[in-house]
Amino acid sequence: MLLGPALAVSAILFALGAAGVLLRRNAIIIFMCIELMLNAVNLAFVALAQQLGVDGQVFVFFVMTVAAAEAAVGLAIVIAVFRHRETVDLENINLLRG
Amino acid sequence: MTFAFWFFGVAAIVASFLCITRRSPVSSALWLITTLFNVAALFVLLDAHFLAAVQVLVYAGAIMVLFLFVIMLLNLGERDPGESPRWSPSRVVGFFAGLGLLAELLVLRHAVPPDAIRLPAGAVAAEMADRGAVQSLSMPLFQAYLVPFEITSLMLLAAIVGAVVLAKRRL
Repeated sequence: MLLGPALAVSAILFALGAAGVLLRRNAIIIFMCIELMLNAVNLAFVALAQQLGVDGQVFVFFVMTVAAAEAAVGLAIVIAVFRHRETVDLENINLLRG
Repeated sequence: MTFAFWFFGVAAIVASFLCITRRSPVSSALWLITTLFNVAALFVLLDAHFLAAVQVLVYAGAIMVLFLFVIMLLNLGERDPGESPRWSPSRVVGFFAGLGLLAELLVLRHAVPPDAIRLPAGAVAAEMADRGAVQSLSMPLFQAYLVPFEITSLMLLAAIVGAVVLAKRRL
């Protein structure tokens, strides 16, 4: 069975996505890393659905829908911020920093 | 089967590593598309044929086009917002946090679902062959998960309205 290898690939992809969120400062690249993490979770869902029934694949649909909505709203926020600050570098967007 | 799985798995990992290390957002996005295609291939190997098609259409098609559209709209391709020096303290912390997360997740890999709820090997593949890849997904989606499905449509409506309100210059 491919469950173990699939979960390993999923774990590595998720960790790479999380590392990207922590290491990068470009807001759009951080969004792409979030998509990468969501995709890693989808892979784990599909791998477990192979043994636990097709319901796991149905959940991947919902995750994809949430990802699409999140990308649309997030990119709208990026555009709104860029219009005010002329940058998407999160280091320069620190109005709420304590 | 196993060779194909490792081929696409390693390709996905390499492409995602390149995605988070490229300086230009455009090449980063293109490597992410490569990752998504490889994950779609993994979906096929894991008996999720319809999801693989949806992954290519929705993720690699629609969502990544949206990303590239915004990157090019804001003209971020050439002028890279200066990344911090190679090893700032926050980067070291981020690197080790990622390593710690990877270690934790790889331990979870050894978790095995209990036998009581596990289906016999090949049951899902047999169902796919019997009822078709689309029907075996759409029946639970429109019967058992009908209410979450409708809530999803409300969430999409909220996302549409939110995106328009946020991105519009003046309402």
